[in-house]
Amino acid sequence: MSDTTLPAPRNALRAAQLKELRGFAKRFARNPLGMVGLFIVLLLLFCAAFAPWIATHDPYLPTLTARLSAPSAEYWFGADELGRDIYSRLVYGSRLTLLIVGLVIVSSAPIGLLIGVVSGTVGGWVDAVFMRITDVFLAVPKLLLALAFVAALGPGIVNAALAITLTAWPPYARLARAEALIVRNSDYVAAIRLAGGSEFRIIVFHVIPMCLSSVIVRMTFDMAGIILTAAGLGFIGLGAQPPLPEWGAMISTGRKFIFDQWWVATIPGAAIFIVSLGFNLLGDALRDLLDPHLRQRN
Amino acid sequence: MTATLPRPLQLLVDFGTWLLTVAITLLGLAALTFFIGRVLPIDPVLAIVGEKATPEVYQRVFLELGLDKPIWQQFAEYVGKILRGDFGISYSTSRPVITDLLAFFPATLELATIGLIIGVVLGIPMGVASAYWHEKWPDHLFRIVGLIGYSVPIFWLSLVGLFVFYYKLGWVAGPGQVDVFFTGIVTRWTGSILIDASTQGQWDVFWNAVSHMILPATLIGYYSLAYISRMTRSVMLDQLSREYVLTARLKGASEFTVVMRHALGNAAIPLVTVIALSYGGLLEGSVLVETIFSWPGIGNYIYSSLFAADMNAVLGGTLLVGVVFVLLNMLSDVLYSILDPRSRRRTS
Repeated sequence: MSDTTLPAPRNALRAAQLKELRGFAKRFARNPLGMVGLFIVLLLLFCAAFAPWIATHDPYLPTLTARLSAPSAEYWFGADELGRDIYSRLVYGSRLTLLIVGLVIVSSAPIGLLIGVVSGTVGGWVDAVFMRITDVFLAVPKLLLALAFVAALGPGIVNAALAITLTAWPPYARLARAEALIVRNSDYVAAIRLAGGSEFRIIVFHVIPMCLSSVIVRMTFDMAGIILTAAGLGFIGLGAQPPLPEWGAMISTGRKFIFDQWWVATIPGAAIFIVSLGFNLLGDALRDLLDPHLRQRN
Repeated sequence: MTATLPRPLQLLVDFGTWLLTVAITLLGLAALTFFIGRVLPIDPVLAIVGEKATPEVYQRVFLELGLDKPIWQQFAEYVGKILRGDFGISYSTSRPVITDLLAFFPATLELATIGLIIGVVLGIPMGVASAYWHEKWPDHLFRIVGLIGYSVPIFWLSLVGLFVFYYKLGWVAGPGQVDVFFTGIVTRWTGSILIDASTQGQWDVFWNAVSHMILPATLIGYYSLAYISRMTRSVMLDQLSREYVLTARLKGASEFTVVMRHALGNAAIPLVTVIALSYGGLLEGSVLVETIFSWPGIGNYIYSSLFAADMNAVLGGTLLVGVVFVLLNMLSDVLYSILDPRSRRRTS
């Protein structure tokens, strides 16, 4: 269905949404730190998308004559213990970082959202059971749980993502439940109920959309945390396995040379730091703009 | 809010509810580690004995683990063992896991405690200053310092710190708790090297330990500082916008009194929770830091057990840190309700 065939009220709605979006972009652009964050995140996406064109070397091809060579015109960030170009490995590593973050977000946010919304909307014993389970997961140390989980399942990128998911969903459940509790008793939900809307319809079309803005803010912050945890698992040796150019694993192999060839370990770490800082800055800016609780207070 | 029960009885009921919550959470934690150790591996026996084991050995371990029994019974036995302090035998050190954990835990506790002190002593003033000079340069500065602490991978910062302050500048001692030369001099009766050395008058050991500890403790402290200063800022912003602050100012109280006595006094209640939570976070965060500084703590123990495929030790360590974590969480709830009269009775 194209725009012209839409009935008039819907056209007006679309126009209003566009205007809202433009206003949002304008307010966002006024926040310099948020723009820095956005730039970093876009740069990461760019690197991941165009890795073969941006990289100067093959990230897997060893050049033994260039072992551990210092940063130079040929090797911008130096070369690692097999003579592989660190810059090219970083560029390709951005794909792995995005892969893990994507896997975790795609699995944990919907799980948490669903559990929280069902819990908050249905209430009663369902709520009690779900929230107790959520509390247990919230109360245990995340990194350690993920670590034990991967240790049992075996190392690897997918298992690492699974393990992080296991510890990442509870905050979404809490958040969604809190929102759902407010929405549940609002007049418009009562109106839908009176009009004969099913619980399912209420949850999917009327409660979940109301939770989305807080969930998105939370997701952006979480991405920084996920990147750090994934890098930590990679560093311990439980995440991506060699020869994959995962940043945490790169630090782990470079660790042996920290005193004599400092660039092997420090440069991948700087990449992790910058990317996670980017997501945090973006999250801060988005929260200031999107969080309904904050918006009311201002 | 209708008080239907007399106060002492109400307190008793509250305490009972709290105890039940702790018990359920701990049981949930045990269920998680049980699931990871017994259910997740395709063959938990094979994970222990290895592929080359004879059928007799396999059979013996199979029965020892109780795998012939129904799963709920296995879980009940698992919980029973944990309650008796039996975490199984560590396959790499061939000592009971609990003995190992108790030997390694004090070092972690010492590091985390000093880190927390650094985080509180610096983080709270930073947060207060941020809130007081909201949107001015101290706020921006401290927010960025905090944000960096949030975003930096702590194991990488540890490596960089070691490179700069130990290797390049030589200001601090390297990895380990004390120099090899100093090991075994003091009797470890508390497990805390600083307390042990100072009470036995071994001041050269003490100062050596300080120079080893200062870098990891500062890094861990920075990690908690980021969280504490951020939370302090938001709590203080909320307090400073309240009307009682205006009242105090109108009555002629000095700015210092207004901020430090009135606002911070009220902010102290939520901050207790924040501090308790970040203490738990530090115990966990120390895992990565300890591996880099070869710190003889739980983190290093778990790390080396991982490579020996020693799941009993890994899960035991996870369980111990988890229990401390849960207890800290729950303790902060109790402190909250003691300090804040409003939360004594729930409205829901």
